[in-house]
Amino acid sequence: MVAIAEKKKVLMFQEMLFILQRFWADRGCVLQQSYDVEVGAGTMSPDTFLRVLGPKPVRIAYAQPSRRPADGRYGENPNRLFRHTQLQVILKPPPERVQEWYLESLEAIGIDLKEHDIKFEEDNWEWPVGGAWGVGWQVMLDGLEITQFTYFQQCGGMDLDPISGEITYGLERIAGFLQDVDSIYDIVWAVEPDTGRKVTYGEMRLAEEEQFSAYSFDYADVGKLWEHLNSYEAECLGLLAQAKGFDEMDTLKLKRFPVLGAYELALKCSHMFNLLDARGAISVTERVGVMARIRTLVVGVAKAYAAQGQMLQGLAVQA
Amino acid sequence: MAEFLFEIGLEEIPARMIAGAQAELQRRVVSMLRLQNLLSSQDEKLTVSFSTPRRLAVLVPNVFDKQSDSFTKVQGPAVKIAFKDGQPTPAAEAFARKNGVSVAELKVESTPKGEYLVAETEQKGRGAAEVIAAELPKELAGIYWAKNMYWRAGKPERFVRPVRWMVALLGDAVVPLAFAGKTAANVTYGHRVLFGDAEIPVTAPGAYEKALADAFVVVDVEARRHRIRKALDRVCRAGDTAGIGLRWREDHGLVDKLTHLTEWASGLDASAKSSVVIGEFEAAYLELPEEVLVTVMRDHQSYFAVEDKAGKLAPYFLAVLNMEADEAGLGVIRHGNARVLRARFNDARFFWEFDQRVPLVERVKLLESVTFQKDLGSYAKKAERVRRVAVALAKLVSSRGGAVDGTALDEAVLLAKADLTSELVKEFTELQGVVGGLYARAQGFGAATAAAIYDQYLPESMEDSVPRTVEGALLAISDKADTIAGMFGLGLEPTGSKDPFALRRAANGIVKILAESAVALPLSLGDVVDAATKDEAVRVRVEVFFAERLEFYLREAKGQAYDVVKAVLAVGANDVRDAVARAEAVTAVRGGEDFAAVSAAFKRMKNIQAQAGEKGFASSGSVDAALLTEPTEKALAERSAELAGSVKALRAEKKYVAALEAIATLRPQVDAFFDAVMVMASDAEVRGNRLALLERVLGDFSGIADFAEIVTAG
Repeated sequence: MVAIAEKKKVLMFQEMLFILQRFWADRGCVLQQSYDVEVGAGTMSPDTFLRVLGPKPVRIAYAQPSRRPADGRYGENPNRLFRHTQLQVILKPPPERVQEWYLESLEAIGIDLKEHDIKFEEDNWEWPVGGAWGVGWQVMLDGLEITQFTYFQQCGGMDLDPISGEITYGLERIAGFLQDVDSIYDIVWAVEPDTGRKVTYGEMRLAEEEQFSAYSFDYADVGKLWEHLNSYEAECLGLLAQAKGFDEMDTLKLKRFPVLGAYELALKCSHMFNLLDARGAISVTERVGVMARIRTLVVGVAKAYAAQGQMLQGLAVQA
Repeated sequence: MAEFLFEIGLEEIPARMIAGAQAELQRRVVSMLRLQNLLSSQDEKLTVSFSTPRRLAVLVPNVFDKQSDSFTKVQGPAVKIAFKDGQPTPAAEAFARKNGVSVAELKVESTPKGEYLVAETEQKGRGAAEVIAAELPKELAGIYWAKNMYWRAGKPERFVRPVRWMVALLGDAVVPLAFAGKTAANVTYGHRVLFGDAEIPVTAPGAYEKALADAFVVVDVEARRHRIRKALDRVCRAGDTAGIGLRWREDHGLVDKLTHLTEWASGLDASAKSSVVIGEFEAAYLELPEEVLVTVMRDHQSYFAVEDKAGKLAPYFLAVLNMEADEAGLGVIRHGNARVLRARFNDARFFWEFDQRVPLVERVKLLESVTFQKDLGSYAKKAERVRRVAVALAKLVSSRGGAVDGTALDEAVLLAKADLTSELVKEFTELQGVVGGLYARAQGFGAATAAAIYDQYLPESMEDSVPRTVEGALLAISDKADTIAGMFGLGLEPTGSKDPFALRRAANGIVKILAESAVALPLSLGDVVDAATKDEAVRVRVEVFFAERLEFYLREAKGQAYDVVKAVLAVGANDVRDAVARAEAVTAVRGGEDFAAVSAAFKRMKNIQAQAGEKGFASSGSVDAALLTEPTEKALAERSAELAGSVKALRAEKKYVAALEAIATLRPQVDAFFDAVMVMASDAEVRGNRLALLERVLGDFSGIADFAEIVTAG
């Protein structure tokens, strides 16, 4: 086992991320920073969810921490995390050789494809709450799912044209594979250059996993979570109601109308829902109803965002 | 004539769709060429097709170089309408225009109905390349995909995945057909990793298979499947270092999936590189139930499970790669796969242990918050209903001499759905029921209880087995019947191809259990319906639904002919085993000449009855011997009366073949009767008496099947 791991220089977690970011920057992607509202997946960041809407070409990449309270295991399970990190790459429209580019990116982080078994297995992605879905694959590397590769078809219940290619790397999994460790917490995140001391993933994140698992499963105040959910929802609905009046707005007001603010409120609701779910506070019957409420917000925001963009485009042409 | 090759190169096609798409492409190409008069019916059969995850291809021999010229004659308006005062009317002009000729070129033809204009046109046959370039793209666009996608801006077409290249060769000439923004050429591509990106020229259709084989692509699906199986065999044998008779567990579905996930397969020969790798896992995991381990390997990792010569699971797995490597290279790949499997098994063990903290008994109350269906309530509610159905059916079984362990059945019904709240089932949904059964056993319940819970979802298909015990069968039937009755009550019955709640599968399952249960299960479909619903309207609809499912079962699972099934079910569709036995008996004797003749005669009797009914002629109700005048009718009356008793006795003993053979011996009397006797005599008394005789014969001998439904030759 050791012999295999030592055959080549193994990348640290952060080096792997540097290289992947560099790789996509070299292919025209703008590197964005992580979004600062809780999301369950990189797709929910406005840099994906909203930018895939409309005709404007986009190439963007960012590492996004994704919170899934129900997946927390108090830091005890070596393969599951409350919060993991995805590298999200959006290519609108997808270039012809997008699959080949992706494979080259694996080579760039030291995965010699000639030494491994790689398969693209059908896996269609869907986020019903966002009215979003796409077709694609899970990419399997020696039996390990390392990437979700999706051709985004619909978002906010609207057909996309052009569509986007979306590549979501599971960074912890890939690092665990490269470093050949059995626990995520043993991944080497960085090495101090002067001392050679290894800084592990556990050192950086274990406390977070322990405490947020406890918070999500044991401490979170169910009554308060419902209050937060209701209040974020109310404010979001208020903004969406005002968004119905785009027609009467002048350019400046239209441009400044906070659809992006409404989206953050919708994301907050989604996170509250996830916390309530982890806390076991949502019965199966309620679940469907609450998801429908959040869907109204998320899809409403997407429609408002598309309408705002379209109207501003129209006004720009007139001017 | 020339060979025609077409290949469409795609990004990885979903494995589950490949076989269907390959067959459809072949069918479409062939029927297009046939329709265009470019292919003979003999050569149609010589067409072959290929596929890998990245391509579909078809190779057609002997495509004609061009269509033959053809001549068409179209009849138009009558001359008296087409011309007025010697001048062409708009009708004549329109007809000429439509056929692309001038009015002067139209001809006149005399027909029995008068004189009509005809347009004669000659079509020059087009060259094959021209036709293919025009027609094939339409066929490609028409291929059915369970799920497809847009990829180009402006959404010009949908296909399963983006099209990357096409090859179209007629002999050695490229047919430059265009589809999805690509134009076909004579260049294909090999295995992504083993061969790389280099272009591969295809010089002629016949060179295709070899050119790709040299580029690490086996395009022939069956060849690839064969190679995978052989490699599995060899690697498994070679990996049996402990000499425990290792063999891989046969799994046709998994072999199929992997055949469609790979372009290359090697490893048949120990000295070469291999596409199959055997790996090991810690024997400690064997403490987990085999079902869990196999599910993880098969459904989540696409690995084959390995067993020793006693059939016991051994701590090994076999992975099929879309790759090949030598022993050192396989070491790396083996290591990676083993690492993933270990993590998966760890998860499963974690869930198993975690789940034990809340025993099934305590989970039962959690079911109150698990919705079964929004109008039918929670699984807790469902369990109450299932219990009522199961208790009613158990009573019937006991009263008819069957043995039911009432306590075990009670426990099983109560605990049946409790595993839906377990982490293990949330992770491995396909193991619902199985996990419940395993937990029940681990938590000290009796073997009968555990087995019933374990088997409750059986049979999941027509090929699947049925529950092993009476309690399991009763639970499975009650659960399914409750679902069916509940959904029918809400008006959610299946329609056409739509069956979102899989109610047909559920009803098929009930029929199959009743027909095939190895333990005595004296229940009819009517018993099941009565136990499942008190609502008369629902009861009637479910009864019809069950009869349809029984018909389906007899035809699809038992292979019975359509007319036999109809004949048998016309007499009764309630007792499943009896219907099967009757159908098999009818099939056994139907080839006999006497039986065919008697069937035909019975049909004739029914026709006569129908005619009599139309004319208002009534049967006298009972046969009066004094009114039988003709010797042949006397003979029929006497012989049939003698036979009736023995046939009845044979039927009671369910000796259906013997009963049917006895009925067939009536042929001489029946034949003679119809040769000599006129049933519809003018004398009303005689006629009524004869009708009564027919009624009696039909009544006495139609208890096994309605022979009038049997299709007889001539």
